[in-house]
Amino acid sequence: MKRILLALLSGILFGLGLSLSQMVNPDKVLGFLDIAGNWDPSLAFVMIGALAVTFVSFRWVLKRPGPLLDDGFHVSRRREIDKPLLLGAGLFGIGWGMTGYCPGPAVAGLGLGTLEALVMVASIYAGFFAQKWFADRK
Amino acid sequence: MENFSPVSALTGGALIGISATLLLLFNGRMAGISGIMNGVFNSPRSETIWRLAFLAGLVIGAFLFNLIAPGFFTMRQGYPLGLLAAGGFLVGFGTRMSNGCTSGHGICGLANLSPRSLLATLTFMAGGIVTVYLIRHALELTV
Repeated sequence: MKRILLALLSGILFGLGLSLSQMVNPDKVLGFLDIAGNWDPSLAFVMIGALAVTFVSFRWVLKRPGPLLDDGFHVSRRREIDKPLLLGAGLFGIGWGMTGYCPGPAVAGLGLGTLEALVMVASIYAGFFAQKWFADRK
Repeated sequence: MENFSPVSALTGGALIGISATLLLLFNGRMAGISGIMNGVFNSPRSETIWRLAFLAGLVIGAFLFNLIAPGFFTMRQGYPLGLLAAGGFLVGFGTRMSNGCTSGHGICGLANLSPRSLLATLTFMAGGIVTVYLIRHALELTV
């Protein structure tokens, strides 16, 4: 129960952060990616603000023997740079540039009641399932 | 540059960082949104509910913000839905293939100095920039 409430609280903070920073505003996102046009560098500061916190806090948290409400940390230890990583990131970037949405703002956008967010969440899930189907066939 | 808003972007980013810290400190989990979304359908039941709670939190957070500060930004109207659907599909396909998105690779992975995440972040940034360049300036499809 505590884990669920904590996840809810963490999600709310994340959603507030995405809204205040305007990551949920696709015009703002496309303005950030449009370096050849009327470039708006604001969203670089979202990453700076987030990393300023996580750079320090993750180091401190991961020194602990474990998290407070679970048996261990669920952190990826993968190191390899492979084709799926780069191809997948490239496809994601293309989709991001076509829409102005990455996954977090698509979900948060549901709270703003836009049709766009609904279309995004549905098509992101379609992409998830298609990728799984593709990977399972190999 | 007339829309430049570094202070709200920094503050919003810090909130995201605090959120990711809480999820790691208490639950031992990375706040990677694409992974959390995907895990809703690919996990045992006990692992599904916290993910749903987190995603509900995202929705509630944006809803509350809009309640407190209506008109802080205006959402665009009339963007082609076909472009959204095709792009959304690529966002889903690509983030699963590379195991992360802006939050998982860009914020959590970079904080862990993961070389995978650094390469992924540089790649999706480049992909986004090239795509917007093609759409807006080479093909002049939208404004």
